[in-house]
Amino acid sequence: MAVTDTSPGWLGKSIKRKEDDRFIAGRGNYIEDINLPAMLHMAILRSPYAHARINGIDASAASALPGVVAVVTGELLAQHKLAWMPTLSGDTQAVLATDKVRFQGQEVACVIAEDRYVAHDALELIEVDYEPLPAVVDPFAALDDGAPLIRDDKDGQTDNRIYHWEAGDAEATERAFAEADRVVTVNTHYPRSHPAPLECCGCVADVNPASSRATIYMTSQAPHAIRTVFALVAGLPEQNIQVISPDIGGGFGNKVPVYPGYVVATAASLLIGRPVKWIEDRTGNLISTGFARDFHMKGELALTNDGRMLGLRVKMLSDQGYAYADAQPSKLKAGLFHIVTGSYDMPAAHVITDGAYTNKAPGGVAYRCSFRVTEASFLIERLVQSAAYDLGIDPVELRRKNFIRSDQFPYTSATGFVYDSGDYEGALDLALEKARYSELRAEQAELRKEGKLIGIGIASMTEALGAGPSRDYDILGIKMFDSAELRVHPTGKAILKLGVRHQGQGHETTFAQIVAHELGIPPDDILVHEGDTDNTPYGLGTYASRSTPVAGAAAAMVARKLRDKSKKIAAHLLEVAEEDLEWEIGKFSVKGAPDRSKTIQEIAFAAYTDHPPGMEAGLEGAHYYDPPNLTFPFATYIVVVEVDAETGEWKPRQVVAVDDCGVRINPMIVEGQIMGGLTEGFAMSAMQQITFDEDGNCIGANFMDYLLPTAWETPHFDLYETCTPSPHHPIGCKGVGESATVGSPAAFVNAVVDAVAHLGVRDVDMPVTSGAVWEAIQAVKGTG
Amino acid sequence: MFPSQFEYLAPTTLEEALSLLAEHAEDAKVLAGGQSLIPLMKLRFAAPAMIIDINGVPGLSHLQEDRRGRGYLRVGALVRNAALERSELLKSRYPTMAAAAPLISDPLVRNQGTLVGSLVHADPQGDWGSVLLALEGEVVAKSTSGERRIPATSFFDGPFTTVLRSDELAVEARVPAPGPRSFGTYLKLERKVGDFATVGVAVSVSTERGVVTRAGIGLTGVGPANIKAVDAEQALVGHRLTGKAIQQAAHLAAAASEPRSDVRGSADYKREVVRVYVARGLHQAFDAKAA
Ligand SMILES: Cc1cc2nc3c(=O)[nH]c(=O)nc-3n(C[C@H](O)[C@H](O)[C@H](O)COP(=O)(O)OP(=O)(O)OC[C@H]3O[C@@H](n4cnc5c(N)ncnc54)[C@H](O)[C@@H]3O)c2cc1C
Repeated sequence: MAVTDTSPGWLGKSIKRKEDDRFIAGRGNYIEDINLPAMLHMAILRSPYAHARINGIDASAASALPGVVAVVTGELLAQHKLAWMPTLSGDTQAVLATDKVRFQGQEVACVIAEDRYVAHDALELIEVDYEPLPAVVDPFAALDDGAPLIRDDKDGQTDNRIYHWEAGDAEATERAFAEADRVVTVNTHYPRSHPAPLECCGCVADVNPASSRATIYMTSQAPHAIRTVFALVAGLPEQNIQVISPDIGGGFGNKVPVYPGYVVATAASLLIGRPVKWIEDRTGNLISTGFARDFHMKGELALTNDGRMLGLRVKMLSDQGYAYADAQPSKLKAGLFHIVTGSYDMPAAHVITDGAYTNKAPGGVAYRCSFRVTEASFLIERLVQSAAYDLGIDPVELRRKNFIRSDQFPYTSATGFVYDSGDYEGALDLALEKARYSELRAEQAELRKEGKLIGIGIASMTEALGAGPSRDYDILGIKMFDSAELRVHPTGKAILKLGVRHQGQGHETTFAQIVAHELGIPPDDILVHEGDTDNTPYGLGTYASRSTPVAGAAAAMVARKLRDKSKKIAAHLLEVAEEDLEWEIGKFSVKGAPDRSKTIQEIAFAAYTDHPPGMEAGLEGAHYYDPPNLTFPFATYIVVVEVDAETGEWKPRQVVAVDDCGVRINPMIVEGQIMGGLTEGFAMSAMQQITFDEDGNCIGANFMDYLLPTAWETPHFDLYETCTPSPHHPIGCKGVGESATVGSPAAFVNAVVDAVAHLGVRDVDMPVTSGAVWEAIQAVKGTG
Repeated sequence: MFPSQFEYLAPTTLEEALSLLAEHAEDAKVLAGGQSLIPLMKLRFAAPAMIIDINGVPGLSHLQEDRRGRGYLRVGALVRNAALERSELLKSRYPTMAAAAPLISDPLVRNQGTLVGSLVHADPQGDWGSVLLALEGEVVAKSTSGERRIPATSFFDGPFTTVLRSDELAVEARVPAPGPRSFGTYLKLERKVGDFATVGVAVSVSTERGVVTRAGIGLTGVGPANIKAVDAEQALVGHRLTGKAIQQAAHLAAAASEPRSDVRGSADYKREVVRVYVARGLHQAFDAKAA
């Protein structure tokens, strides 16, 4: 747990979160809290079918209901060229269906009414003439010849394939496999899950007919990018669009894309001339907005008999739903999935990925994940454990033997990532010590004799995050830099404005600490402002663990710019040369005469009252930070589970997490992020999935079917850290928001498999329900 | 929540409640804890024109034992699951119920939801139905035309349907005291706290001189309604609780289940869990020296 850091400065200090007072007191300002005069309410009619032709929509009864102002259909939007919109991956997605519905829950019509009750009543009066079509539910079947064509609206689209993309060196990998003593295979499905933020999506669109200004309050993790998309889609002048993300109740990637609700509410406000509010309900959120994962993966690992990894071959099919709507860098069709060699020094790797359309909701957002690193990490960590069993080597030893060594950094992976730094054995050793690994193995053997099962699962994950360097990373062409603006006011208090937008990550505290550390202004004196496109510098938003690696770096850099200027002012005030000054946090003093000094507050005051002749007044600056590389945090997670041999029920007994995210700005916040990530990792491995029946009906569109763990079943976590600073980040930080979600699922699954591995079980797909464990045991019993 | 429009009535006496029910039988729904009805209304799966809220009706909150004869427990229509969970009376004399109460959903739902409401709702995944079948309880129903006592064994009529008439109010549930040398428990497999049962098993056994005189086994989540595993019960009566007898009863109970495959697990799996849980429940009975 966090220890109190007594070093000077503000890094490594677990100060309380500045934002929490208002949240705890119920004085936050969420989208639902925003009410404007004359505001209307919108509700969405959704398709009951996964695939159907729309022969007609009769909205006359709904329109006639007192209190209904308008019923918006795809046909009406089409007249304004708004029936379709681009996705963040450059595909198209219907705003409201015109020709066909292509997933259950698709937006078909919207009612705009004086209140929400009336809006919901009117939905029931809209008559839609659907002609059901065969639904394509299985992505493999989607690619079969003769499969029903889902995107017949797209010119030139003749099948359900979205992309085929390869990374790595096919030939080198073939050679590695030819030389291998053994090939170990894991065939698995990372199930469709959902970020399920507790606050669903919503917006208040306020288009002022007199000024033509559109002010859109929305639950967005990326308000600037969204504004640009709106300008492009709706043809509105960008300066007339103001996107404001107020407090956000969780995002996890779900609130990166643009959803139909935002677009229709804005169009309705524009047409009607009154503000329109749309608040999504839980089913709407789960059934139609950005889901996650849904990768069918086959991984093959080539090894020597003594456990040296020679090569990795991966084939992946991604079930994208009816639109390719991942929020991810445009050059990387499957995101960063090709970081699939993980923490290992893999001489050769080749990754083949395909994406298929199915009659399911679009999205494929990287849920608490840096662009599909989660699936990649899961696959390699499962492969390593399977390989260990097959070779008869302890999974720990197999990892140790193949880790990228700390003296190999910067390390270029077989698929082209340049890992900045790492000490994988250090994290592993600490985790083993804390979990008492060797004792656990002895206990496991003892208990087996009594017919009791425990399992020990390990995952040593490495992530690539902090997108990203402009040469490789862009969203719809916009480079993935990020930004900070800092102004120190005359009284020495500051405002820091950022292009990112937090949703619970603690930016108001963490980024204040960065500036505090660089300038010596206490965090309480620094207001952190995010989420308003009129009043913050341009940036790409908060997701993929990029805020601290990119915007955090920008904050440090802009603070340093102001420190440079402060030095000039101090030299002027103290009547010495700049070279004669030295900096300690919070003040410049004259070398050799420490009592002659100026605090940053005195300097700030002078910047407005007594600045040097010839210098610009004020103490203000901006920095756009283009990161030289991604950052590569890593971790070892060890999970110990007890498994009931008769029923397959299991529960975690111990969870040890050793995370290395470089320098920790606020260790308490970092630990909060890790605990949240571990909870989500546990949830995905143990209980979460969204499934579909053969007609494409979604099972998992409410919290009775899509399960969120509570404090009751969530295990206790023991957290530890090692620290390997990023060599290229200004203050040595790496991202951490997602590490545990990315890395821990494999540890949980590995643990359950480990408990029954002696029976011959090698794999259980997620979610590892008790039933799945039982079936896996029966399957090996059957083969004897 | 945005339900369809409804009229809300809150009677303050039992007579008023019954006459409102008599008058509006077809259009009205009784509101007790609201933990099943309100979610349905929120999703507009139920759209009653009228809600008769009985929470203000006095005389429905009793949780007490009538000691006449073998004795029986009376659970009024407004007794919350939370009260059942905390009841010392249940812990000492109605162990199957005491074991079931804390396994129903989560604390929030238990603070509101009622046992009687759960019986009337007749969800095949509801836990109380199995408990009442195992313990051979009954439901007391009142209407303006009188009162009747409906045994649990004939109360349920399929998924979400019972023999209760729409003008009747279920005023209490009754559970016969299992008596001395009895043991009971409730075992539930759930995916997380607050989840409905993948499989639930209610067990109750009474013995005299080591021989089973009465056995009750109820099954949750493994059929179109709660199931009373009659063959398994009968196989135990007149026998000692030996390992062999337990195994046989467990097999019979599994055979009586009619599970379906779904996201909670395959039919085979659920049937196996019935077998394992019934055996475990009976072994616990044996260990508790019911035998
Ligand atoms: C999240 C969640 C999880 C749950 N998990 C479980 C679980 O694990 N196990 C379980 O058993 N249950 C579970 N439930 C259901 C819960 O126990 C309900 O409280 C119960 O089923 C209904 O009781 P109620 O008092 O809330 O009834 P209400 O919701 O008020 O009513 C239910 C139905 O019964 C009728 N009704 C109620 N009382 C009477 C009466 N006295 N006379 C005539 N008609 C009446 C109503 O008209 C309505 O049709 C869960 C509920 C929720 C919301």
